[in-house]
Amino acid sequence: MMDFVGKKQWFFLTSGILIVIAIVSLVISQIQLGDPLRLGTDFTGGTSMTFQFSPPVEQSQLRDEMAELGYAEATIQNAGEGNFIIHIREITSEEARELAEKLGAELDSQAEITDYYLVSGTVAAETTRNAVIAVIIAAVAMMFYIVWAFRRMPSPFRWGTCAIIALIHDVFIILGIFSLLGWLAGVEIDALFITGLLAVVGYSINNTVVIFDRIRENVSRHISPDFAQTVNDSLVETLGRCLNTALTTLFVLLALFLFGGATIHYFVLVLLLGVIIGTYSSVCISGQLLVVWEKREWRALLPFAKRTA
Amino acid sequence: MRSRNVYLLIFILALFGFALWSIVPLDRNVFGREGLRLGLDLAGGSYLVYQADLSGINGTEDEIMEGVKGVIERRINALGITEPVIELQKQEGEYNIAIQLPGIADIEKAKEMVGLFTVLEFREQDAAGNFTVPATGTVTVNGEEKELVLSSRYFKENTYVTLDQLNRAFLIFEMDEKGAELFKQITTRLLGKPLAIYLGDEPLRGEDGQIIAPTVEEVIEDKGQITGLNLVDAQELSRVLNAGRIDVPLGRWVEGEFESSVPLYERTVDATLGQDSIRKSILAAVIGIVLLLVFMILYYRLPGLVACLSLAVYGAVLLSIFKLVPVTLTLPGLAGFVVSLGMAVDANVLIFERTKEELRGGRSLGAAAEAGFNRAWTAIRDSNITTFIACIVLIWLGGTLGALMVRGFAVTLLIGVALSMFTAIVVTRTFLRLIIGSQVVTNLAAYGVKASQTLRNAK
Repeated sequence: MMDFVGKKQWFFLTSGILIVIAIVSLVISQIQLGDPLRLGTDFTGGTSMTFQFSPPVEQSQLRDEMAELGYAEATIQNAGEGNFIIHIREITSEEARELAEKLGAELDSQAEITDYYLVSGTVAAETTRNAVIAVIIAAVAMMFYIVWAFRRMPSPFRWGTCAIIALIHDVFIILGIFSLLGWLAGVEIDALFITGLLAVVGYSINNTVVIFDRIRENVSRHISPDFAQTVNDSLVETLGRCLNTALTTLFVLLALFLFGGATIHYFVLVLLLGVIIGTYSSVCISGQLLVVWEKREWRALLPFAKRTA
Repeated sequence: MRSRNVYLLIFILALFGFALWSIVPLDRNVFGREGLRLGLDLAGGSYLVYQADLSGINGTEDEIMEGVKGVIERRINALGITEPVIELQKQEGEYNIAIQLPGIADIEKAKEMVGLFTVLEFREQDAAGNFTVPATGTVTVNGEEKELVLSSRYFKENTYVTLDQLNRAFLIFEMDEKGAELFKQITTRLLGKPLAIYLGDEPLRGEDGQIIAPTVEEVIEDKGQITGLNLVDAQELSRVLNAGRIDVPLGRWVEGEFESSVPLYERTVDATLGQDSIRKSILAAVIGIVLLLVFMILYYRLPGLVACLSLAVYGAVLLSIFKLVPVTLTLPGLAGFVVSLGMAVDANVLIFERTKEELRGGRSLGAAAEAGFNRAWTAIRDSNITTFIACIVLIWLGGTLGALMVRGFAVTLLIGVALSMFTAIVVTRTFLRLIIGSQVVTNLAAYGVKASQTLRNAK
């Protein structure tokens, strides 16, 4: 039988490294860009446009040309097939059309604006505030729900806390990956990113709850006097379900990611990463945390600590 | 028990049949709905949000904003845009007007129209007979003589339409003090001549497309009437006169300063990009769904096939709901649909995994399937509630959070997850019970369990 609980130190170590990398990336981004993540139009205001160039142009050419036209601060994301998403200070749709004409003429190409998006600074500030509120409310509501669902277990608060720690773990890793993409590839986060993050949070908690549900059932059936053994049995029993659900969702998401077009490319990436990391944290972190808490094996959280017998 | 399943089967088939009937072909008119309602990221179009400058207005904001909304609706309809959606949003005492213009090409024109003032002005003819001259009069304001244009500003708010015995419409109005003075001077001057009514540079037109320009038949002071209009035109005119009593410029507030005609939020998507997105997402969804179905059948065998059937029911009913409610489909909404499909499979997977375990534990097929359903239920319920929580938070805050896109995702995911619980618990269960009950397939291998794996045979 697979031993998920026995290998918990390795899982904690892996997650620890991932989270440290995420934090380092967030800090680097904060130093380089002034924000831990590269914020998109929804959060900063301004204008964001999707330009379609036919024939396609090089991103470096486009960047030089934009700088020449006085938009040195522009964030340019390559969305494939000659499409570029450009985020600059606020300009009107007429000015945008003029910009497209100039770019087309300078780069020997036809530039067309397929998506024009303007957000005022005031809306952006409100959106940022609401995004933070949304994430906090969702996390708190889910924690209360789990505490309630596991109210018959000894110390239900512990179950809720472990599920939320796994959730924060997922969120941190995804934030880290996107901050990395932000300062390496110019990827911006928008309101859809927050939406994806919340969906992922729901999905990850969903997995954790299925596992906790099985632990709850097995505890009441007294299948083993050892809590670690009970948790491990529960993990093994639910493993097939967790992997299969993740796989079936991944099939569809992967197809959307590869063939679904530019507009929701990074939104689908959030969901894809979320399903993978959420499944990992459910199977390898949340149940193990319960065991650590139950047995007070706090040393197990530290890498290379001696295993208690 | 058996007959209950048969009834359920009939119900499911009827539901499936109804869903198919309502969505095939997609553009068929069912209960007044033609095709799926597509968001502007799929159909192309514009979304504009404006704030209103209500400074200097006390108490009647709600009423005035309703009037402003009516005026904008009028202008947009005059542009010939199909299905515009104009919403009044009130947040923390601030009014926003959100305008959705599907499929419009000339956004500049639309913005110009929306940015115009709401006050109607009267004009008289020039020498050539065109309405180019504002109808003015001189009024004493605070001891100073001023030349003012006769406009809807000076109408009292009780303009209404009545019919006489011959069913002719009368538009009855009253003027305030300044208006009475202006009207007196103008009508004295223009006796026997027409007066046209303008909204910005556009004359008001009747249903027949003709400019509304009633002829002055007598001198009007504080009370008057307009005759010769048909009922619809008269009612419309009375509505815009009532709405046009106060100027409400639209634009946005920036640090306490009002910038008129500049939207707070604007998004315009090219229709070709929308079509491209539709094509790509359909391709992606088909590839993804085929992979998913193949996986389910290969891994779970007979129950997998049953799950595929119940997914077909799920898909048809969901599309039918989208069309009939109607739910506006956006790109993130499509992603929500996909995630909910994953959840729908998940419920089935939970049940089948549980059934397999029970089979290995030595239970009979029927007992194992029932136990599978019963035991999986708490997990399905508990896990989906967390997704509901996320959706509800998003719908609640989604109005301001990236506006349309976020809400589109949350709504489709919410409906999808709720429906997925129904398909797993009712549809899959009924199908499986009937198959097991009819004893057509009793070979355990068909359920993905080797006979040697069961507890009974292992001993």
